Amino acid sequence: MRVLLFGRLGDLAGWRERSFDPAPPSLAALRALLAGEDAALGVALCGKGVQAAVDKIIVRGEIALAGASEVAFLPPMSGG
Amino acid sequence: MIRLSIQPFEPGAELAAFCAGRTESGAVASFVGIARADAGQTTALELEAYPGFTEVEIARFAEAAIARFSLHDVLIVHRHGSIAPGEPIVLVATAAAHRREAFDACDYLMDYLKSRAPFWKKEHGPDGARWVEPTARDLDDIARWD
Repeated sequence: MRVLLFGRLGDLAGWRERSFDPAPPSLAALRALLAGEDAALGVALCGKGVQAAVDKIIVRGEIALAGASEVAFLPPMSGG
Repeated sequence: MIRLSIQPFEPGAELAAFCAGRTESGAVASFVGIARADAGQTTALELEAYPGFTEVEIARFAEAAIARFSLHDVLIVHRHGSIAPGEPIVLVATAAAHRREAFDACDYLMDYLKSRAPFWKKEHGPDGARWVEPTARDLDDIARWD
């Protein structure tokens, strides 16, 4: 499973894309795994306005990752 | 039509093509956003997109705008990658039967792009780089339409 970090999250972690095999069973487990490696990233992933997308669909709350191929963490967005 | 472009684009040519052949749209409104230098405080903008997600999310919102404002058509061209001051970042054009719908939809789509479209914007300047997040004013602007 691919994990993508966008915007300031990628700068904070020092990576923007990584593979996890086997995939963590849930979004909560993935967050816990990342927080275990990098406490500051763990805090940032739970920060205000940070959303998660599983296979390019925004998800709210907790979700199982069985069968998912990509999880992205999206800090507050700004275009234009 | 929604298009992300890593290359600079020419808003005039895009707008001319968007207007061409319209015989039923009495109104086309457009907005061009340009990268600001902020008196030397911004030397470059870097816009990160999520390919395969960013276009789909914008298209979903554009469809909602078409329904809400009875638009005939929408064009959004948005840069990503590295953008120099003075270069266009975004073009929004809306076509409708009458001007009010075209103006309002253009305003609405820009408010959406500023605070909800999946882009992440970094300003580079003499004092380093910083990520830009929606301002209080951007959030007030989009809340006008809820």
